[in-house]
Amino acid sequence: MINKEIKDKTFKLLKEKVELLDKTKKEKEEILKLAEKRYENMLYDSGEAIGVVAAQSVSEPATQTTLKSYHRESSGLNIIQGLPRVIEILDARKSPETPTMKIYLLPEQNNKNSAKKIASNIKETKLMHLMVEDSLDLANMCIEINMDAEKMKNLDIKTDDLIKNIKKKVRNIEVKMSDDHTMIVESKKAGTTVQDLQRTRTKVRDSHAKGIPDIDFCIIEKVNDDWVLQTLGSNLRKITKIEGVDSNRVSTNNIFEVYETFGIEAARQAIINEILNTLRAQGVDTDIRHLLLIADAMTSKGEIKPIGRYGLSGAKSSVLARSNFEETVKHLVDASIIGEKDELKGIVENIIIGKTAKVGSGLVELKMKD
Amino acid sequence: MADISEIKFHMVSPEHIKKIATIEIANSEVYDADAYPIEGGVMDPHLGVIDPGMRCKTCGSKSGECLGHFGYINLSKPVYNILFIKKIKEVLVLTCQECSKLLFDKENVKNRTYDLNKIKPATKCPNCGYNNKKIKFERPQSFTCDGDRITPEQIREQFEKISDEDLSILKMNGGRPEWMILTILPVPPITTRPSITLEDGERSEDDLTHKLVDVIRINQRLANNLEIGAPEFILDDLWELLQYHVTTYFNNEISGLPPARHRSGRQLKTLSQRLKSKSGRFRLNLTGKRVDFSARTVISPDQNIGINEVGIPELIAKVLTIPIKITERNFKEMKECVERGPEKINGANYTIRPDGLRKKINDLTKEFILEELQPGFIVERHIKDGDIVLFNRQPSLHRMSIMAHRVKVMPYKTFRLNLTVCKPYNADFDGDEMNVHVPQTAEARAEAEQLMLVEENIRSPRFGGPIIGADQDYISGCYLLTKDDTKIDKKTFAQIILKLKLYNSNKIDMTKETYTGKELFSIILPDGFNHRFKSKDGSDVIIENGKLIKGSIDEKAISSYGGKIINKIDLEYGHSVAVRFIEHITIISIEYLMKRGFTLSLSEEEISEEQQKDIKKIQNKFSAEIDKTIETYKKGKLETLPGQTLKESLESNIIIKTSNMMSETQEMLSKNLADNDGVVMAKTGARGSIQNFTFMAGYIGQELSGGSRIFRGYKNRCLPFFKENDLSLKAHGFVESSFRKGLNPTEFFFEAMKGREGIMDSSLKTKISGYMQRRLVNAMQDYLVKEDKTVRDSNDEIIQFVAGEDGIDPAKSDSGGIINLKEV
Repeated sequence: MINKEIKDKTFKLLKEKVELLDKTKKEKEEILKLAEKRYENMLYDSGEAIGVVAAQSVSEPATQTTLKSYHRESSGLNIIQGLPRVIEILDARKSPETPTMKIYLLPEQNNKNSAKKIASNIKETKLMHLMVEDSLDLANMCIEINMDAEKMKNLDIKTDDLIKNIKKKVRNIEVKMSDDHTMIVESKKAGTTVQDLQRTRTKVRDSHAKGIPDIDFCIIEKVNDDWVLQTLGSNLRKITKIEGVDSNRVSTNNIFEVYETFGIEAARQAIINEILNTLRAQGVDTDIRHLLLIADAMTSKGEIKPIGRYGLSGAKSSVLARSNFEETVKHLVDASIIGEKDELKGIVENIIIGKTAKVGSGLVELKMKD
Repeated sequence: MADISEIKFHMVSPEHIKKIATIEIANSEVYDADAYPIEGGVMDPHLGVIDPGMRCKTCGSKSGECLGHFGYINLSKPVYNILFIKKIKEVLVLTCQECSKLLFDKENVKNRTYDLNKIKPATKCPNCGYNNKKIKFERPQSFTCDGDRITPEQIREQFEKISDEDLSILKMNGGRPEWMILTILPVPPITTRPSITLEDGERSEDDLTHKLVDVIRINQRLANNLEIGAPEFILDDLWELLQYHVTTYFNNEISGLPPARHRSGRQLKTLSQRLKSKSGRFRLNLTGKRVDFSARTVISPDQNIGINEVGIPELIAKVLTIPIKITERNFKEMKECVERGPEKINGANYTIRPDGLRKKINDLTKEFILEELQPGFIVERHIKDGDIVLFNRQPSLHRMSIMAHRVKVMPYKTFRLNLTVCKPYNADFDGDEMNVHVPQTAEARAEAEQLMLVEENIRSPRFGGPIIGADQDYISGCYLLTKDDTKIDKKTFAQIILKLKLYNSNKIDMTKETYTGKELFSIILPDGFNHRFKSKDGSDVIIENGKLIKGSIDEKAISSYGGKIINKIDLEYGHSVAVRFIEHITIISIEYLMKRGFTLSLSEEEISEEQQKDIKKIQNKFSAEIDKTIETYKKGKLETLPGQTLKESLESNIIIKTSNMMSETQEMLSKNLADNDGVVMAKTGARGSIQNFTFMAGYIGQELSGGSRIFRGYKNRCLPFFKENDLSLKAHGFVESSFRKGLNPTEFFFEAMKGREGIMDSSLKTKISGYMQRRLVNAMQDYLVKEDKTVRDSNDEIIQFVAGEDGIDPAKSDSGGIINLKEV
């Protein structure tokens, strides 16, 4: 029957919990005995359509949740929530609509001042945040940027670094300082039009000055005893390397980033956590085992596959099952070119040809005594 | 019938089309002057019969027996099959225009999974050294080379020379590439495109027939023009027209091509459209099959039938049947059924002789049938009390949407169901309809009884707790009954015991004059039942040895969403005890409630002057704060919130303050709640909430639309009653009145805006979540728990090594665990 190892592991955990109870030894033994008896009856039956049950368990309550897509966190950040968020996770999008990170600090940095300092280091400052105004000098065909010297001083940004960053972002330009706080940007290319100049201006404004790229905002919050930084924007790789950040407790809602940084097992756990948290926030009580299966299904091929036509459903081996879902004609035509065979093992295939599907009680046969 | 073991897909060769076809179709006329189908036309009787009484000219069978036969059209010039156009392009580009050998190194590519689309073909052929010209695909259906059109004929020639060996490298094991360019078009049998005769006797042809006629007509014109040696440009035009008709015959939704239309302007439904999407063959007919032995009608509640039962109207019970084989033992019973006939309930509609002859029972045949009836016959008898049927309400969102019930034949015309099963079906009685299906075989009945009966589904697989349980008035009733000071007199007590049908129970002591509600409740608890938990208001509920000692029963204990008592009884005593307990709850609470009376009145929503003053105080406090915030905003001194503009920060600020105002009000009101029935409902979780009470007695507060205050309407103001650019609460959807007092016109308007948004939201949500469910189910429907407790898909690939990681089925667990240590 079921793997003894798993059973032993489960009961070891249970025993530890039971030991902590305020009960006599005999009572504790009885509890364990009862648990053991129940455990045998609680196992999955063979043939159970576990996938359908998992799918239903997630999507049935979805009809009852509110479609309030945005949720204002206590920190004031707008984070996408509810049904749209669940769909976003199942679609395995490269980046979520509102990426966010929760960053915990190392014990020695766990105070308000260091939190503030780290936060200002994390938040990305762009050139546009550092200037008073910029204007196009059409006579000389250049951009004049009036810098806010005080801000730059506060943020400890040097003009040389800034110029380097601008050059990295925009090619073929010359950047000079005409005086202490005026920056002149010229195009090296001949025949620059006003349109080109405008385009350069938007690019220059957007160039990186300080902080971690993609982190738009960073808010400090006190959660219990910890100072927690919550960000808008996510950059797992760079954040974990920042001094003072507890890299073991950094989290992001960007599952794809987790996959690229830590691998598929971490991504699987991230999918589970994200769906679970989203559902819990909506007051939906769904057993974690259903989410385990969904996450396993999405990650079992070694990369994150979306639920749907470009992912799991489109990769099925059966032609009929694929055509039944979406893009019917495409799958049939492709199958005819390749000369595909459908072995009719799955459920829809059997429904289509009118046979009993090999699932649940369809796996066994029943005989009646006449 | 032979078993289908596998289905192979491949392309069809012209020879094969000719082989399976009976005749060539070359006449574009369909019917002659006498309205008879013309030989060689698309409705040629050789292609099958659809009119009853006629015989197929090919096989001689009658309509219904003959499946139909193919014909074929000889195309005067080859045309592309539009469905394969992508592959044609792929093969065209990857093979040499001179020698038809591959234009890339096969060794490089052979042993890996490769993408033909990504291969860059060489210009110079590695085989013959020919300098291949660049070929461009002109959407939707032609190819050019240096600006000149390449004809399908030329491409076909090139394809014919491709060796079979190269084909498998081109991933074409389903047939020859030249088959993708049609020289012969199969004409499907008439049975697949039946014509219908309208009321006035006129025939209306199927869309495919129309399309085939078009193809034949142009084909013929092209043939004629070829014969007389018409000028090139006329031939090209006709060829292109033929291509258009053949293309739209396959798919009438090609982007870049005007869709072929019916005379009335309606788009024709051609081959692809027949298969595609929700109303196509696959989803409508192949996966969604229609069934016999089903019924549908309005549902209504019945307090007096069991949870496992369903009330079936007599009218329906006389139509739905179950085939029963007559044996020695049931002979008499079955004979009585036949005697009663189709008109009386518990009768029978048909008999089937052992040789398969089916006879309808009616007054004429009854006597004869009764005479010949003997063991071995099958009688299709009406369903009767105790039979198993499946009961379903759409949308079938989870497996509890279809459950098995036992039949109870009843008068009138609605299905009756016990109120406690409303939750899993998500049913109410405002006109809901439900379906009944009657399993026909012993196998199906056994399965329904063992796996699908309501009592087997008390536990939801979603969260591992009961989903069937008390609701609404049952909860109010139970609470009022088990409240500390509830006393019942002997008469009422006896009445309820009678209703419970527990006259023989030794638990009942009839010697007392008055009883407490707790005593009554304890009677329905199983013997030796112990439980201890917190009720909804946080106070202790203690049940010891089958007796309710302390606390009152509310939502937490018996509700249809994880009721604790139901949960524990179901786990410890089994489903049938749980079912009986739930049934008893419904009886005692309703009986008591009817005795006591339960009502909601307007006066209950009245609050004291003192409380009204308190509300005013809270309102004033917060509106002063908000006014101050608006002032600071106007001065430009408001602190911006991260990621928001100044205006957005102000709005966030105001929304947070108004919601704080509301929660403070609710807190204040809930401290001094009157003791009335409305409050009982809110407090016990039977129906409504303190928020609803606040709306009625206090005020409604800020109306939000899309998460923000209401701004749309006139220029710089919502309604003409406000000043322009007025940022105050009242001008943007704050409702100061209560439902009891009544809303003033502007408030009413804002409330209506919110209400409309709610309706829009929920109708949009069902669509989105419905598609999500379809995708999820489709992706995971083949995952099964195998005998070794691994989860595998239909290819036996492992998804999980142990189902659920610990093998525990949440549907059988206690909230996902084995045992709840807090409750032992």
